Amino acid sequence: MGFSETVRNIYQKQLKEIQDAGIFKQERFIHSTQAADIEVEFPKGSSLKKVINMCANNYLGLSSHPEVVKAAHQGLDQRGYGMSSVRFICGTQDIHRELEEKVTDFLGTENTILFPSCMDANAGVFEAILTEEDVMISDRLVHASIIDGMRLSSALHDTYKHSDMAHLEQKLQLYADRRLKIVITDGVFSMDGDTAKLDEMVGLCDKYDAMIFVDDSHATGFIGKTGRGTHEKYGVVGKMDIITTTFGKALGGASGGCVSGRKELVEMCRQKARPYLFSNTIAPVVVSGVLRVMEILSQSTERRDKLEKNAEYWRKGLTEAGFILKEGDTPIVPVMLFNAKLSQDFSKDLYDEGIYAIGFFFPVVPKGQARIRTQISAAHEYDHLDRALDAFIKIGRKYNILGKTKQEIVDMYGN
Amino acid sequence: MDEMQKTILNYIREEYLTDENEEIGVDTPLISGGIVDSFSMVSLKRFLEKKFNISIPDEKATPEDFDTVNKICRIVKELI
Repeated sequence: MGFSETVRNIYQKQLKEIQDAGIFKQERFIHSTQAADIEVEFPKGSSLKKVINMCANNYLGLSSHPEVVKAAHQGLDQRGYGMSSVRFICGTQDIHRELEEKVTDFLGTENTILFPSCMDANAGVFEAILTEEDVMISDRLVHASIIDGMRLSSALHDTYKHSDMAHLEQKLQLYADRRLKIVITDGVFSMDGDTAKLDEMVGLCDKYDAMIFVDDSHATGFIGKTGRGTHEKYGVVGKMDIITTTFGKALGGASGGCVSGRKELVEMCRQKARPYLFSNTIAPVVVSGVLRVMEILSQSTERRDKLEKNAEYWRKGLTEAGFILKEGDTPIVPVMLFNAKLSQDFSKDLYDEGIYAIGFFFPVVPKGQARIRTQISAAHEYDHLDRALDAFIKIGRKYNILGKTKQEIVDMYGN
Repeated sequence: MDEMQKTILNYIREEYLTDENEEIGVDTPLISGGIVDSFSMVSLKRFLEKKFNISIPDEKATPEDFDTVNKICRIVKELI
């Protein structure tokens, strides 16, 4: 049959359904380096537009940092471009081991294994360490990659209401008879910008003899006083059994991820995790860049301190202007609009004003919870944030939502 | 509303709703309506199996079959 008209029609129909649902994704082409100010081609073929980037995970502003770029160049010269092998055959260099050691020290864990991405780390870890005798109990808002990873594991899975410790405790009691129990959460929840109560969770895990897993992709490098992550913020460094995180966000933003934690669990990943076993690891050029990032972060907290101040400044400005925000103290600041169409119109108007921020709606976030998610960076100066705030206020006035309650906005636009 | 509908509705309220003001009924779309995500359906399935002493085969526990309390009741009644 091959790729017949019938087959083509099936896919065209599916793609049309995605378009009709308003969730068809289109890429915007950035013609500059990743930074606070970027030049964007959108839609395809249009002339370049200079905009302030308010939606990158470039939390520490290291994506195009000259020292990181220089280290990557040196790595390219000294260790070459690719390894043409998986880790356990002939794909491991000294710098891979060095990065694993640096990350272990930084996170305060026992050992670390690199993965091509944190998506891969999450996809591989559960299958490697659990069996059908075990149970995974996850927060309902964990990242999609964790959900995929749990689906690949034969262990039983269940969920608890987002950050609801009483519900988590009920589930720990319910599964008391399982051989191994593991509680699974994001450190910082990427759509809401709130943090997992890791101190309380560690207490519950101790009480019920469960392991604890945290994906700190939106935290490593800047959450906690010295940027170690959510576990540092909650005073439980050394208590995490597994931390997964990424080098694709704050830590230079190129690619790569890892599983860090108890040495036996890391070793199980080295023996059994399929994305580690059957895929090349992080390219030498990227490893070299991340090593420089780790040095920068270990020398000074200047960048995470600036990020914290920027995020406070931004939250304060939006709140005083009369926007409804999701509560939190991270650089992820969601501006609540509730209505899906309003979130898309608002985002488009922002873009016209030179501000690049994306509107999210169901199914990415719960129904009636549409929002513009803004993400603050240490690369932003107050001037960027002031200009962005002016644009938010101008458009907020246009839609008459400033100072309005949720109910008033829903009455005007629906949810 | 019969006892089975009430029991299931109560469980869904307690297990899944976070907004106390949210109202749901026997025909409210649960999964397509975003109240229960397909990954969290597992606890609902386990609850039904335990409560009504049945075993629900995976092919009957699809997001479509579990989308409303009424649909769930139909499956449970078939299996009792």
